[in-house]
Amino acid sequence: MRAMNPLQRFVNKIREINKRYATPRIKLSRRTRLALLALRLYLIILVILLAYKFFTIL
Amino acid sequence: MVTGSEFRYSFVWVLLLLMPVAYTCQEMCVRLGAITKRGHAEAIFDAFGSFWGWFSLTDLTITDVLTITTEFIGMTAAMSIFGIRPWITEIFVITFIMAIVINGRYWTWEKIVLALCVLNLIYIPAAFLVHPNLSQVFFHGVIPGFPYGLTGPVIFLLMANVGTTIAPWMIFFHQSSVVDKNLRAKDIPYERADTALGATFTVVTASVLVIVAGTLLYGKNIDSAAAAARLLIPMNAYIGTFVAIGLFDAGLLGAIAISMTSAWAFGEVFGWSHSLNAKKGQSRGFTLFRLLVLVFAASIVLIPGAPLVTITLFVQVIAVTLLPAALMFLILLLNEEEVVGKYKNTRLQNILSGSIVGVIIILSTLYGLGTLFPGIFG
Repeated sequence: MRAMNPLQRFVNKIREINKRYATPRIKLSRRTRLALLALRLYLIILVILLAYKFFTIL
Repeated sequence: MVTGSEFRYSFVWVLLLLMPVAYTCQEMCVRLGAITKRGHAEAIFDAFGSFWGWFSLTDLTITDVLTITTEFIGMTAAMSIFGIRPWITEIFVITFIMAIVINGRYWTWEKIVLALCVLNLIYIPAAFLVHPNLSQVFFHGVIPGFPYGLTGPVIFLLMANVGTTIAPWMIFFHQSSVVDKNLRAKDIPYERADTALGATFTVVTASVLVIVAGTLLYGKNIDSAAAAARLLIPMNAYIGTFVAIGLFDAGLLGAIAISMTSAWAFGEVFGWSHSLNAKKGQSRGFTLFRLLVLVFAASIVLIPGAPLVTITLFVQVIAVTLLPAALMFLILLLNEEEVVGKYKNTRLQNILSGSIVGVIIILSTLYGLGTLFPGIFG
């Protein structure tokens, strides 16, 4: 078998991790889903502010 | 030091309040680590899937590398007071950090780190040497109040104190260390006592620093502990030297813990051998990762004209993106019976930890915004 280069091995490892954790192990309750949604919105707003700051500095 | 130089003893009570706050957050890491036998990164991947897992791991790594860079800035600044060149300090630090894990025993590593923690108590004799007015410390510092009002700079400094006491890497570090130490459910009470002791020492050391700075540097314009040490040496060589040594030691402890945090997290997710108890040669990926992180962070400091102030500010903003997520995942996981069984949060614990986490998220967000947009608080 041909030896894989390190980059290929790394990509394969990431694929394997994504496959292993493809679905959350715990059953997400409505409250948990809402908390995760709030977190997503919080992070999106923060990233927009960071991007705004970055472009205004340039 | 900046808090003391600007507001004297006024906010010692804030630091004292941070003791139960730090304990509450860290205690949750203890339970989660001891029961699940997983570090925080792996627990997030497992419970919430790869999206939140990669977000946490990537954000943690960026935060860690930048925070280690700021630790190197502090250490090189402290040693330059004694005439030691930055590159010599960096080579010594990296060699020391890599060498203390070489014998393959967690307990040896922890003993060395604990000795460095004890060295951090060097600030305490400094507080006695400056002869602070104890009644002033008590009435103006320990009793809560806002003698300077709730102005923009006061809010910003309060948030900075919270931000440095509860950092996102601490959550990942504590949980992974509990796993590496192989603690079990029966060890939780001991680890709780250990956590309480750690939180107490942290707050005592920080309070002592504020008292030293409030006594000797009140009204002086300083922006870092290294600047404070430089100012203190002509006033009192012992105190200045204590502060410089303490600054170096704090940076060294930070670099040791933070480099371990990322390496543990990557090891957990990528399936590398990632224990300090692993035999020689078994954990090459883990060791190499730590070395790369340290060398990369140290190199940034040596780049001529590197924007070190911007990096320091950027760390605070990036940490703000990770801290709410890490704390929220902590509470969510501790509410899942299938994850922690009977060790899940009680209603009272949820009210307490939820309120604390809510306040931390608000304060750290305001801190991040204040860093991004100076002057936002007036």
